[in-house]
Amino acid sequence: MTREQLARVGRWQRLPRIADARLRWLLIGGAVIYLVLALASVQVNWARVAEGMGRGLNFLAAFAQPDFVSRRGDILDGLLESLTMTLTSTVIGVALAIPVGLGAARNIAPLSVYLVCRGIITVSRTFQEVIIAILFVVMFGFGPLAGMITLAFATIGFMAKLLAEDIEDLDWRQVEAVRATGANWWQVMNHAVQPQVMPRLIGLSMYRLDINFRESAVIGIVGAGGIGATLNTSIGRYEYDTSAAILLIIIAIVLLCEYSSSHVRRWTQ
Amino acid sequence: MPVTTTPQGTPIWRLRTTRAQWLGYLAWLGGISLFLLCWKVISDNTMWVFVEDAGRQGSDLVSRMLPPQWSYAQRLWKPMWDTLNIATLGTLLGIAMAFPVAFLAARNTSPHPLVRSAALVIIVSSRSINSLIWAMLLVTILGPGVLAGIIAIALRSIGFVGKLLYEAIEEIHPTPVEAISATGASRMQVLNYGVLPQVLPAFAGISVYRWDINIRESTVLGLVGAGGIGLQLNAAINSLAWSQVSVIFLMIFATVLVSEWISARVRHAII
Amino acid sequence: MLTLSNLCKRYPTGDLALTDIDLTLPRGQVLALIGPSGAGKSTLIRCVNRLVEPTSGSVTLGGVELTRLSGRRLREARRAMAMIFQEYALVDRLTVMENVLSGRLGYVGFWRSFLRRYPQEVVAEAFHLLERVGLPHAIDKRADALSGGQRQRVGIARALLQRPELLLVDEPTASLDPKTSRQIMRLIRELCAEHELAAIINIHDVLLARQFADRIVGLRAGRIVFDGRPEELDADILTTIYGEEEWDTQSEAASSQEPESPARPLHQPLTAVAAGGVR
Repeated sequence: MTREQLARVGRWQRLPRIADARLRWLLIGGAVIYLVLALASVQVNWARVAEGMGRGLNFLAAFAQPDFVSRRGDILDGLLESLTMTLTSTVIGVALAIPVGLGAARNIAPLSVYLVCRGIITVSRTFQEVIIAILFVVMFGFGPLAGMITLAFATIGFMAKLLAEDIEDLDWRQVEAVRATGANWWQVMNHAVQPQVMPRLIGLSMYRLDINFRESAVIGIVGAGGIGATLNTSIGRYEYDTSAAILLIIIAIVLLCEYSSSHVRRWTQ
Repeated sequence: MPVTTTPQGTPIWRLRTTRAQWLGYLAWLGGISLFLLCWKVISDNTMWVFVEDAGRQGSDLVSRMLPPQWSYAQRLWKPMWDTLNIATLGTLLGIAMAFPVAFLAARNTSPHPLVRSAALVIIVSSRSINSLIWAMLLVTILGPGVLAGIIAIALRSIGFVGKLLYEAIEEIHPTPVEAISATGASRMQVLNYGVLPQVLPAFAGISVYRWDINIRESTVLGLVGAGGIGLQLNAAINSLAWSQVSVIFLMIFATVLVSEWISARVRHAII
Repeated sequence: MLTLSNLCKRYPTGDLALTDIDLTLPRGQVLALIGPSGAGKSTLIRCVNRLVEPTSGSVTLGGVELTRLSGRRLREARRAMAMIFQEYALVDRLTVMENVLSGRLGYVGFWRSFLRRYPQEVVAEAFHLLERVGLPHAIDKRADALSGGQRQRVGIARALLQRPELLLVDEPTASLDPKTSRQIMRLIRELCAEHELAAIINIHDVLLARQFADRIVGLRAGRIVFDGRPEELDADILTTIYGEEEWDTQSEAASSQEPESPARPLHQPLTAVAAGGVR
């Protein structure tokens, strides 16, 4: 009987999301087998977990009374480094991302330039910041310079990709209108492309500033300067009250960034 | 558009008024001096001797990395499988926790403003703290291993998925919700019939997107002992076995590209 | 059956949307509510099923005071009042059958509705209603695959599956072309007769109102300015409701030219949902 005839006598069931029954069972079966295999390969040392629970509770308790004071000097130094790294890397990264982004937009760049710029973007986006930081620390030595270069490099990939996508779907009639006046390439960029992508570019830069700050808190783990090194030490020494203080500072600064960036975005639109 | 008049009486058009122009210059000046100040802090903390050496160090590094020690790849399958599991199980755990949090955080589905603030606090704390920091903490609590990695990824994913999902919930079309409430449906039924169908595609897209990001993140969790290929990377770097490091890099590169491709395909199919 | 007395609604912005509304609707009567945009027509019918909370006054349905109900009791009261919307308000990503069945949500438990395991007689009734409105072939189509008139029919079937005593109809024809509008109005009228339903229909089109209603109430700036039979509606009364206009010349044109669709935007502010919907 058809579904209509069944429904007439009151028998009706929801249509399955995947119409083909074989494919549906294959997907469900595959997912179950994967889950079983994956969960089986997770080895847990329950004795160690039980032992660590006490530390976990200590850590939670530390959030109730974070200790900002005893390592004040270290925290301040780390924070200053993190903030300076964040700002310089975002400025440099965005400045470099603009030419790369223009080059990676298929509608305004020739193919050879396009391929090179897309290559840069892919490499920059594929590797986690920490991995890049390891390489730059080897090259430039320990300290915030390596961190700054790492973050700037990551910023290039992030910003250039989004900028290129923006340029690829901009309103082409405006570009043609400006080109029709006899404007050269630079004038077209300045009068037709820039006004269309600028508000989003500013919004994205603010967002990247926020991400860079968060990342600056981890690349310190591999020696690239910033608050991450301080945090790493405090966790290693089980000084959870200091770690809690640092984490709270990070959360507060991220909140501040987000709040101000929403203001900037409203102002640019 | 400000228009001024010259002493001769001809009007001149300018883009901005004099005041706005000066304010603009001042903002640029302030920005540039802030940038230079930051740069000075960084350069004071840098050993420039090392930096001058960077080119030589870099080429040295490349020459040690090449050729990659291909035989080493045999020993990477298990760590790669672990990395994949950390990302996938962590994402599943994360979205399971993010789902209710998002409904509590969205203005139009939250039961009470106080609950909403609590949900927002969870989302913000989870978003602010990188998964590597979560992993560092969890390794000291749970001991080194894949479990710490899975939970670290899950804790970081709550904020990401929660934020995007609650924004999607706030943007739904309100009239179907109104219509379902008008039938006398209960709260849960209104969520199930009125809200859920509208946000399900967004939810699936966000989850797959986060899975793709998590693959990338889980490659480094091993650096702090939370399992996966990062453990091998750490060991190879510490023993200065750069020809092994390059194999690991290529492996990560390939995995991330494949996961990004899968994620893009799935998201494309959903929308 | 339905009685409104001294009903007032003041929005938090300070706008007085309804002032001292007194209205009694007997069983089986079809009432058309006419008036200019912003006169408070939508607010009035939303105050009846409490999608909008009235500021003061009382609403009783079958002897039950609705304004003080909450939670479970309010949901039970809502089952007896079905609503039909201007923009159809179907859930786009659900199928037609699921949309119709959602009319029964007030009667079934959460898990039953979650798993879509509705009692057999409910499904049969839903199918029968879809046949009645002329869409039996569309049960597995998604709601967003239908045309405007078809969607409104699904909306009507959903409302009837509620087994209501009262229909609250909010601008059923404002998004439809003139021919479909008449078909939909005729359908509503017929169904009201078949099921002995009372109805309040908000409508812009005076001609449609005159043709399909038993009684017409004119609303202007939140007050009732006319209450009578359709034949009593003449140019003078239209002037009191809508303001000065050459009504006699307009009457022919009105059937082919829809008035401006009412000022209820597609995307209402979400606070409206928070206040009356999911809460």
